[in-house]
Amino acid sequence: MSDDRLGITGEVASGDRRNERIVTRVLQGCAAVTIATTVAIFAVLLDNAFSFFYGQRLHEAVLGATLDQRVGVVEFITGTRWAPYHAFPDYGVLPLINGTLLITVGAAFISIPIGTATAIYLSEYASERVRGVLKPTLEVLAGIPTIVYGFFAISFITPVFVRPVFETLGFSVSFYNAFAGMVVVGIMTIPMVSSISEDAMSSVPDDLRNAAYGLGATKQEVSTQVVLPASISGILASYILAVSRAIGETMAVTLAAGHRSQMTLNPFVEIQTMTAYMVQMARGEAALGTVEYQSLFAVGLVLFLMTLSMNLLNDWVKRRYREVYR
Amino acid sequence: MSETELEIDVDREEDADEETTSDEIAVETRDLSVWYGEDRALQDIDMKVPENKVTAMIGPSGCGKSTFLRCINRMNDRIDTCRVEGEVRFRGKNVYDDDVDPVALRRRIGMVFQKPNPFPKSIRENVAYGLKIQNKTDNLDESVETALRRAALWDEVKDQLDSSGLDLSGGQQQRLCIARAIAPDPEVILMDEPASALDPVATSQIEDLIEELARDYTVMVVTHNMQQAARISDKTAVFLTGGELVEFDDTKKIFENPDDQRVEDYITGKFG
Repeated sequence: MSDDRLGITGEVASGDRRNERIVTRVLQGCAAVTIATTVAIFAVLLDNAFSFFYGQRLHEAVLGATLDQRVGVVEFITGTRWAPYHAFPDYGVLPLINGTLLITVGAAFISIPIGTATAIYLSEYASERVRGVLKPTLEVLAGIPTIVYGFFAISFITPVFVRPVFETLGFSVSFYNAFAGMVVVGIMTIPMVSSISEDAMSSVPDDLRNAAYGLGATKQEVSTQVVLPASISGILASYILAVSRAIGETMAVTLAAGHRSQMTLNPFVEIQTMTAYMVQMARGEAALGTVEYQSLFAVGLVLFLMTLSMNLLNDWVKRRYREVYR
Repeated sequence: MSETELEIDVDREEDADEETTSDEIAVETRDLSVWYGEDRALQDIDMKVPENKVTAMIGPSGCGKSTFLRCINRMNDRIDTCRVEGEVRFRGKNVYDDDVDPVALRRRIGMVFQKPNPFPKSIRENVAYGLKIQNKTDNLDESVETALRRAALWDEVKDQLDSSGLDLSGGQQQRLCIARAIAPDPEVILMDEPASALDPVATSQIEDLIEELARDYTVMVVTHNMQQAARISDKTAVFLTGGELVEFDDTKKIFENPDDQRVEDYITGKFG
């Protein structure tokens, strides 16, 4: 140190650099956990799903076990009857996908308009005081356990709202019905749409609002013509996340919509979603290693691929629209 | 909304004790005070802004000059904590009267901001925006061209009207914002330090433009640059810290022979 006339060689405090290295390693390790988990889940799903189709797990097949075709991939993907417990079982996954999409689309019709309107209100119209009340309320809504939402659906939405209203209109509504599932998943995903959209809108520079107000634009014009287009990438991202959440939603739809897999677009009958089927199967009615049991993984894999594709779509949308507006 | 929503009092009183100049008054403030919460930003401002002239507002930062400007077209309404007392008369009508719609007011009083803020839209769409929301869409292309010519930008952008306004340089963006503000043909143009974010060449272009604009419009410009005020304005108002209007007179007088010692000190750089 004696020749250090500049005072820039050597360490400011001894051990600093080693600390830096340790901190970096720890942080890296934590980040690696998420990646490892994702990879592991995908591997387990793929491995087990393989045995649903071919009687052996993928790693066993790779190691040379003889395959025993049980369910055809084409039959699985295109079949319109899902009846694993039946004397003549069928494993066509379409009724489950149909159930999931029915709920998802219905929920989107509720969460997207209401969530977007809430976001616009919070970001452009509400006073500080109203915002201070409404935002925490939405966060509470987001924090309610989904099983409670499911209970709310069968104890309130169906008996007090869906059945009286639609039976008066001449529909026959079963106790478990897709409509209650749509409503409850829709409500559940409103906070997701509203809070992410509101973040996107609030981050639009105030300069742009001032420019429009200065030209004599009304609040509505500023919201729809300036703020919405400038925050569209975040808003679309919120829609995709909400849809993704609706696809994966389990407890509420299991309680509200029931366990009868069928190909139908009628929202007033009992249906089964992919997730509801997985709950039913995982409760242990089927023995380990049987086709029925392994179907859990095949359905899980389909579910995983659906939510994964929503995530990829999300990334694409972000890139596509961010370029245009900043 | 039509232009007529802002009722205009045509027979405004001509007080005998008014200034000796025969200038028409476009904007007049009387006892104008502004608070942000508990903090007073302006103190009893009385000022008469002549028509078709450039009026500059100068003063150290925090003196309330921007607040003053934002009272004229009620942009301060956007700030929750802001409270205004006194009157701002636009052609004799107090713009803070209950029957005045700030949206209609802002269609008569345009504004240009400190930082160029074009919309993330094409150049054409930027200039046309005010015309569209005000339903002045007859001969839209012509109006866009006229505004761009007046803003001395036409020759530079005429071949790229459909490219984004954000692709222009800072100075061009600011002239685009000026074109956007004058396209719907307001009567007064408020400018809040319009050149402070620009380089010297762009600044000088904006200054030339401001002098040019005063032929057709009443221009009120806030600047922290005293030389700029001296170069471009006909009248100068000097605000000092605390939100007080210390002196308001012909620019020449303010810079050569101010009445108030504090103005003299400020102009000569002794403080502020």
